Order: sequence, then C-alpha cells, then structure tokens
Amino acid sequence: MKKWSALSLDIVLLAALALAPLYLSAYHLSLLGRFLALAVLSLGISVIWGWGGILSLGQGVFWGLGAYVLAMHLKLTGLAPGDLPDFMMWSGLDHLPAWWKIFEHPAVAIAGVVVIPTIAGGLLAWLVFNRRVSGVYFSLLTQALALAFSTLLISQQAYTGGFNGLTDFSTILGHPMIDPGFQRNIYWITLGVLVLASIACRWLTHTAFGRVLVAIRDGESRVRFLGYHPAAYKTIAFAFGAMLAGISGALYVVHVGVISPAMVGVIPSIEMVIAVAVGGRSSLTGVVLGTLLVNFGKDWISSAMPEMWQLAMGALFILVVTALPQGLAGIPGLVEKLVLWSKGKREAKMADQPAIALVEKD
Amino acid sequence: MGHAAIIAGQGFNGVSLASILLLTALGLALSFGLMNVINMAHGEMLMVGGYLSFLATKMVHGPLAFPFALLLSFAGAALLGALLEVTVIRWLYGRPLDTLLATWGVSLILQQAARSLFGAIGVEVVAPHWLEGSVSIEHGLLAGLSMPYVRIFIILLTVAVLGLLMVFIARTRWGLYLRAVHQDREMAQALGVNTRWVDLVVFSMGTGVAGLAGAALALIAPVTPTVGQSYVVYAFLVVIVGGLGSLFGTTLAALLVGLFSAGVQMFTSISLADVWLLVLVILFIQFRPKGIIYQRSRAMKEA
Repeated sequence: MKKWSALSLDIVLLAALALAPLYLSAYHLSLLGRFLALAVLSLGISVIWGWGGILSLGQGVFWGLGAYVLAMHLKLTGLAPGDLPDFMMWSGLDHLPAWWKIFEHPAVAIAGVVVIPTIAGGLLAWLVFNRRVSGVYFSLLTQALALAFSTLLISQQAYTGGFNGLTDFSTILGHPMIDPGFQRNIYWITLGVLVLASIACRWLTHTAFGRVLVAIRDGESRVRFLGYHPAAYKTIAFAFGAMLAGISGALYVVHVGVISPAMVGVIPSIEMVIAVAVGGRSSLTGVVLGTLLVNFGKDWISSAMPEMWQLAMGALFILVVTALPQGLAGIPGLVEKLVLWSKGKREAKMADQPAIALVEKD
Repeated sequence: MGHAAIIAGQGFNGVSLASILLLTALGLALSFGLMNVINMAHGEMLMVGGYLSFLATKMVHGPLAFPFALLLSFAGAALLGALLEVTVIRWLYGRPLDTLLATWGVSLILQQAARSLFGAIGVEVVAPHWLEGSVSIEHGLLAGLSMPYVRIFIILLTVAVLGLLMVFIARTRWGLYLRAVHQDREMAQALGVNTRWVDLVVFSMGTGVAGLAGAALALIAPVTPTVGQSYVVYAFLVVIVGGLGSLFGTTLAALLVGLFSAGVQMFTSISLADVWLLVLVILFIQFRPKGIIYQRSRAMKEA
C-alpha cells in the first residue's frame, strides 16, 4: 500500500509538471524550467549521499564542467567564421585554442557535457576512495576542489571569460534562444531529461549495486570483509552523480544563458546539498520537490528581502539537519510514528500498565 | 634584491602564513581528533576574534589596548564556541557529516550577522606603535630582506600558544583527561572522567585559539564578514595532511602548506598556487592516507 501511495505521488507530481505550460506565466515557467534542470543534479547528489553516504561539497565543479562545455559551444556557434570570442580578443589571444575549437561541433559538445564531468568525478573518487580516505575528509577535499575550480576560472580570463564567465548566446542548433516557442520546447526537454534521470536513479538504487552501496554506507569494512571492493562501487556511484551534475549544468545554461565562476564555487555547491537535505536525501521524489521548494523560496526571499536569504538558509540548514534528517520525505514516517506512539500510549493506559515506547530509534 | 633575499623573504611569508593557519587548524584538529566533529563555523571564530579585537582597540587606548584585544578575542570566541557546542554540536555526536552541515548553517548566520553589524566592507585594526616598522637586512647575502615586526609577532604568538597547549596536554590534569578520552572514550568514561566536560572545554579552547588567530590576522589585513572562509579551507587541508589529534603533525602540515603556497607563488599566480596545493594534497594522501602522524590502532573504525 505504501508503495502505491508513493507511486501515485510521483504521478501527480509528473502531471502537474507536464501541464505547467498551460497554467504558468512565461516568467514562472522559465523559473520552473531552470529549477527542474537543477533537480537533475539533486538526483545525483541523492544517489551518492542518500545511498552511498558520500557527502560532496564540490558538486558545483562537475555541474560547472558540463555548463562551461555547453557554454563554449554556444559561444562558438554565435560567432562569424574565423572570429574569436570578445574576451579572448581583449586578452590578446590571436587564435582559438584547440580545446575550445573541438566543441564547435554539437555532437562533440554534447558528448563532452556527459563524458568530461564523469571522468573528472570518477578520477577524483578513485584517487581518494582507493586509499580508503572517506567521510569528512572527502567532503573537505571536494570543498577545496570547488574553491580551486572557481579561482582557476576567474584567473584564466583569456580562456574562460574570467569573473564575468560566458554569456551572450544567440542560437542553439540553429534555433534562436529568445523565441517563446523555444522556451517551451526547452522546458519539455528538461522535464524529459529529469524523468529519464529519475528512472535511471530508481533502477540503479534497486539493483544489487544499490544494495551494496547502502551496505557500504552503513558498514564499509564489513562489506570489504565479504569480498567486495567498496572503492569501486563508490567511484561508480560518484561518477554517475558527476555525470548527472554535468547534464544539469548544461541544461541550466540553456535556460539562463550565462555561466560564471560565482555559480560554481563553494557557496553554490553547498546550496545544492541543502536542497537535497530539505527534500530528504534518500527519497528521489523528495529531492526533486526539495530542489523546487528551496529554489522558489530563494527566488522569493532574495527579491523581497535580499539580506534575509543567508539567514534563512542558515536556519534551514540547522533545522533540517538536527530535527528532520530525512527531510520533507521523512514527515509521513514521522506522523505515522507519532500516531503509533499515541495509540500505544492509550492502549497501555487502558491496560493500566506503564507506557511502552513503541517507537524504535533508528 | 638578490635571489637569496627573495627566497628568504618568501620563506618568511610562508612561515607567517603557516602561523595563522596553525592557530586556525589547532582547534579543528583537536576537536576532530577528540569528538570526530568538523566545525564549519570555525572560520567564523576567526572573524569574531578579528571584530572583537577591533572593538577592544576602540574601547581601550594606551599600551594595554592590544593585550586586552588579544584577551577579549580569545575569551569571546571561546564563549561562542561553548555556546555552539551546547546548542548544536552536542546533539549530533556520531553523525559527522550532519554536524558539518549544521555548523555550516551557523557560519552563514554569523557571517550575515557580521555584515549587518559592521557592514560588508572590512574594518582595520591599528597595530600598536611598538609593532610598527620592520627588521631590514642591508648588507651581505640577504641584503634587501625586510621582515615586519607585526609578522614576527604573529609567529612568536603562535609559538607561545603551541608551547602552552603542549604543557596543558602533557602536564595538567585536564590534559590527562583529554588524552584519555582521545585514546578510549568509553574506558575514560568508565573510570569517571566527565567526557561531556572534556569535550566542551577542548572545543571552546579550540575556538578561542581561532579567535586569537583572528586578532593576529587583523593586524595585517582588514577584517571582513567572509575573512574566516578564505582561511578555513586551507586549515581543513592542514588537518587532512596533519593527521588526527597530533599537535606535531598539525604543526608540520601547517608549515608544509604555508611554505608550499609561498614557494609556488614565486613561479605562478596565487590562484594557480591554490590548484597546485590541492593537487599536492591529493597526491600526498596516496602515500599517507591518514596524515603525517596518526595513532596506530588495531581497532576497526567505521568512519
């Protein structure tokens, strides 16, 4: 029965999202679209954190890699043949670097969006996990990575557009990007990718692979004693999360038309994690809802009272982590336990016996 | 200025950076070794120390102003740390990743509070006049090398703090408790050590030392709401390289990170130095995954 109610929630959510172009204004639809793009990233965080127990504070790096690769492609297609992007000319470059040139072809760019973050994430994870470094060490390393990545982007002005990043895109695959019809199409595409990603996550977590991942989360050494190689499982999970992050970044760029170092650094990376924590780290539906909720909330608060956003986010962090570790997705279970508990108390009273705690600590 | 002077100058800068990093990382390493807790708001203790020392030098004038500022920044940051331990961290023992997130929330709130109170632009602490000037070498191999008194003072302060901490751990009763809890929490508890108090004292001592680091940093750079963040990421790297709960390892790691940063900056930009530092740390853990110095143990730890 529980399974059915969860499934029906998914169907209601999907229907609400699919019909969104009918009832939302163009402005809100474009907001929803970019937040759905972020939800793809959240799904990846959910798999590596909720199932794998790996907390990455550097998802902005893989997200940024995907975003920058697509942004480079968009920048190149908007140029007349033989021209250079404006910031390159300002910085005194006289020809296009080869690692820019290859992304001119759309197929290479799309492959790059998927493959580059996956390899980067896999490589980092393998180097760290294979030496059995994990837990908070890994979180701190990924945070340092996010810091190094954003400072590197800022400093390499001639190749990355520096602090301003890449912007001013005109067309994608020959379609003008400001056309309202295009906005709707890109919404459908984003929703489609999100559905595919969510099916992939569901499948991955329900296979034997997902089981081993949970086992590693709860007792890595024991899994090792059983003959598994935890580092390999964690690396695959992390690379998968990095891949979803890259795809999410690329979709986001198409929605907002800009990517800059400020969007990929330490703070954005941690905002990505809080959205997942609010939704419930080990509920795939929860993290999508959490991402939408946190980002609409951010949009609303930061336009009404800009200085309040940081306070609100800080308070949300503390509250969710201490009081609601399973996030929004944990509320039904909590209510159920509360009902059970009060029922138990009543029955115990009727039997004139000391109350027995029916709630087990988990 | 000759090559030797430039290299010596960068070496001096590296040691001075290492001092600030060490003061910041000591508290992190102690509380991580003892309680398995990473406090992401630790950088904000540095910021609080900086602002307190700014306030102290505004309130008190004369020769006692600066010692008072040091005292106030230590006491203020230690109190704030104690408050944090009692209200948030105590409830999250055994969940290191959740502690990390919750304390990050605390750090966001503290940053915003500082921004509302003091503004986003930094405030300056004027160094006392006996710290003005510098040691300049005019002749010989190191001609042209100049070492500001302020930086020398910071290095000496760090050495003094390190010495006091070593005496505290090796010679006092509370230091004995600390070592006992660090080695075997349950056993210490069974023998009557109040581990709650040990945790509280060690944690707030660590944040107090970070407050001192803030006061020291305020002498050479303006205090801003985000000053802590820029140092604490390196302090985390120091903890990773140094290993758990060893003063010696942390000191060595701070020197390594400080000197490496200063050295690489001679050849590339500051931002590339960051990248190389990270590469170095990732390579380093390939050889010593548990840090420079770690406790050998046969116990199986599920981290």
